[in-house]
Amino acid sequence: MSVITYRQALRETLRAEMHRDEDVFLIGEEIGIFEGSYKITEGLLKEFGERRVRDTPIAEEGFVGTAIGAAMLGLRPVVELMTINFSLLAIDQIVNHAAKIYGMFGGQTSVPMVIRTPGGGGQQLGATHSQNIELFYSFVPGLKVLAPSTPGDAASMLRAAIRDDDPVLFLENLGLYNSKGEVPDDGDQVAEIGRAAVTREGSDITLIGYSRMAVVAQQVAEKLAEDDISVEVVDLRSLRPLDRETIVESVRKTGSAVIAEDDWLTYGIGAEIAATIQEGAFDFLDAPVRRVAMAEVPLPYAKPLETAALPSVDSVITAVKETLNAVGRRVG
Amino acid sequence: MTDIYMPRLSDTMEEGVISSWVKKTGDKVEPGDVLVEIETDKAVMEYEAYEEGYLVKQSVSEGDTVPIGAVIGVLGDSPDAAPAESDSAEAAPSTEAPAEEEEEEEAAPQEAAPAPSASADANGATRPRTSPLARRLAKEHGLDITTIRGSGPKGRIVRADIEAAAQEQTTTAGEPTAPPAREPAPAAAPQAAQEAFDDGRDSEEITVSNMRKVIARRLLQSKQTVPHFYLRRTIDAEALKAFRAQINEQLESTGNKVSFNDLIVKAAATTLRLHPQVNASWVDDKLLQHRRVNVGVAVAVQEGLVVPVLHDTDKAPLSEIAAKSRELAGKAREGKLKPQEMSGGTFSVSNLGMYGMDSFSAVINPPEAAILAVGAMKQEPVVRGGEIVPRHTIALELSVDHRAVDGAVGAAFLKELAEILEEPMRIIL
Repeated sequence: MSVITYRQALRETLRAEMHRDEDVFLIGEEIGIFEGSYKITEGLLKEFGERRVRDTPIAEEGFVGTAIGAAMLGLRPVVELMTINFSLLAIDQIVNHAAKIYGMFGGQTSVPMVIRTPGGGGQQLGATHSQNIELFYSFVPGLKVLAPSTPGDAASMLRAAIRDDDPVLFLENLGLYNSKGEVPDDGDQVAEIGRAAVTREGSDITLIGYSRMAVVAQQVAEKLAEDDISVEVVDLRSLRPLDRETIVESVRKTGSAVIAEDDWLTYGIGAEIAATIQEGAFDFLDAPVRRVAMAEVPLPYAKPLETAALPSVDSVITAVKETLNAVGRRVG
Repeated sequence: MTDIYMPRLSDTMEEGVISSWVKKTGDKVEPGDVLVEIETDKAVMEYEAYEEGYLVKQSVSEGDTVPIGAVIGVLGDSPDAAPAESDSAEAAPSTEAPAEEEEEEEAAPQEAAPAPSASADANGATRPRTSPLARRLAKEHGLDITTIRGSGPKGRIVRADIEAAAQEQTTTAGEPTAPPAREPAPAAAPQAAQEAFDDGRDSEEITVSNMRKVIARRLLQSKQTVPHFYLRRTIDAEALKAFRAQINEQLESTGNKVSFNDLIVKAAATTLRLHPQVNASWVDDKLLQHRRVNVGVAVAVQEGLVVPVLHDTDKAPLSEIAAKSRELAGKAREGKLKPQEMSGGTFSVSNLGMYGMDSFSAVINPPEAAILAVGAMKQEPVVRGGEIVPRHTIALELSVDHRAVDGAVGAAFLKELAEILEEPMRIIL
C-alpha cells in the first residue's frame, strides 16, 4: 500500500494500462504538450509518444466521435474532457452514438471507450464550469457511469472502465484530485462495475453519497460518532448500473436514510435513490427519506454565495439530526 | 413555521407538563438554546431547540399537561410572524391524524411539492399517521395501531412508540424491565373513579403529578404480578454504631459523613456479591442474573417517592457511597434526577427508621427481585449469656420475589447480611 493522491492514482493507472495493452490510447484537449489542464496526463506524451497521446483541437464533438470510431475498430480510447461541462458539446456523440451502436446494430461492434471528465463546483469557475450533470449520462441505457471518491477506487475503477467493452463515463471531481488515500502497490485491482460500498458500518441511519459527497458523508459520520450517533455510509461508486441491493439492504437495517448529492435536487440522482429505497425498503422506513443537494440556482461565482449554495458537512449533519429526531432519537 | 412537539424525554414518558417556558413569545432562538423546562414522569428536564428562529407562539401554558407529539409551540422566521391556524391546533391527542399538510421540515428543502395530507378511508375516518416500519412492527406484535400514541412529527407513530407499546404488553404479562408506558383507554378511567366515590363522601379530585401516576401503576403492577414473601431478622447494632462513629471521626476533616443507611446499602451490596442469586430479575419466564450490583435507595419527595440508583455499589468505597447518596437525594428532592440516575437498579433499600417505625414490609421495585426494609435503631432488652442487657438493635425485613428467589436462598442472604452488619469490618472487606 502507498498513500498517494487521487491525481497520481489516475496517472499511474493510465500509464500501467497503456503498458499492458497497446490498443489503449489517450485523446483530448491539452493532454500532451501541456500535460493536462489538471495534470493527470503529466509525463505520458514523453513516455508513449504522440501516436498514443493525441492532442486535439477544441472540438469536443469531433474528438469524441473520432474516439468512438477508433473503439469500433478495436482500439481502446481514453478520452479526457476537460470538465463535464464541455461534454454538452459532444452529447449527441455520447448519447446517440456511443450508447446505441452496440444495440442498434445487432451487437456487431461494441464501443470500448472511456470518457474521463471531472465535475464539481467550489472552485470559483462560474456557473457554466461548475456543474454536476452526470445525471444526463446516468439516464441513458447503453452507457456506464462510474464515480469514484477515493484514490484506491479511482485506480481500480479506471482499470475496470478501460477493460470494459462498453462506453464508460468516468466521473472525477475537481475537489478530489489532491485528496490522498491508500492504493495497493501491485496495481492490478479491477473493481466490479455496478457495486456500491458500505464504507462505514452504522446502525442509526444510512447516509448515501457519491464522488465528493461520499467523502463529505464520511466526515459527517465521524463527527456524529462523537455524539454516539452511528451513521452507516454508502458510497454509490457506480451511478449506472446502480447497486440497488446495497442501498436497500442498508436502509432495511437502519430504518432511515439521508442522501447527499452535489447536483440539483429536482430530478437529481437522489430522486432515483429515494425511489429505490421506497421500492425496496418501504416497510422498513421510520421516517421520510431526506435529500441534501445543491441550491437550485446556476452556481454563483462570489465565494460566500458559492459556498452557501453547495451542500456541506454542516448541512448534511442538520438533515441527519432532523431525520433522527423524527424517529424519536433526540439528538439536539 | 415549524411546530415544536412534546418530546419523549424518557423511556416511560407518555405525557409531559410544561414546567416553565424559558423563551418568551417573540424571543430569538438559536440551536442549543433551552426553550422550555418539561416535567416528565421522572424529572424536570430542559428541552433545547435544534432549529433557529423566533418563538412565535406558546401553544401550551405553564402547568398544563399534554401527550408526547402534541404541539407545544411554534417557531417562525421573524419575531412577529403569525402562526397559521393549522399550526396552533391545540395539543390534540394524536390517535386521530390532524388533516393538515405536512410541515416544512418534512418536505423537500426547496420548492417542495405539496405533501399528501392524512388520508381518509371510504367512511371518512382518518388513519393515524404512522411510519411504514412502525406499521409493520405493530402487525408483528399484534398491536392495534389506533391505540398507540405517536411521538414523531405531527404525532406520527414511529418505531420507538411501537417498541414502547410492545414492551408494555409484555410487562403487563409479567415482564418488568420497564414501567408501563401507556394505557389503551386513558380517558374513561378517572371520570369513572370520581363518580364511584361521589357517594356521600364530598370528594375533591386532587390533580396529581405524572410521578404519582407512575408510582400508582408500578406498585399496582408489582403487587399484582410479583409473588412477594417476607423474611425478618433483628440485628444487634452496637458494633455498627461504634464502627460508624469511628469512620466519621476519620472523615471529620473532609466534611463527609457516613449514615447508618450508607452502611446498610454498602453491606447489602457486599452481600449481593456473595449471593448473586438474589441480584437477579425474573423477566418473561427467564431468570436474569445481573453481573453489576446497583443498589437503589428510596427517597421521599414532595410528590411521592423516587429511587435513585448507586451504580456498582459493591465497588464504590463507603465515603463515595455516602457522598453520592446525599447528592442524589438532594437532586431527587429538587426533581433534577436524570433518567439514567434512576435506572438499572438490581436491589433496593428503603429506610423508615427516621420515622420511628419498628419494621415494615416494602413493595418490590420491579424488575428487581428483592427490597430491604430498614426500621429504626432502638435500645431493646436482649438476652446475652443468660443476662438481660440493653442493646441497640435494628429490625430488617426483606421482601423477595418468589419467582426468582426461593425462601432458603433469601434466608441465607439475609442471614449473611445480618452477620456482616454485626461484624461491620466485613462491610468494607
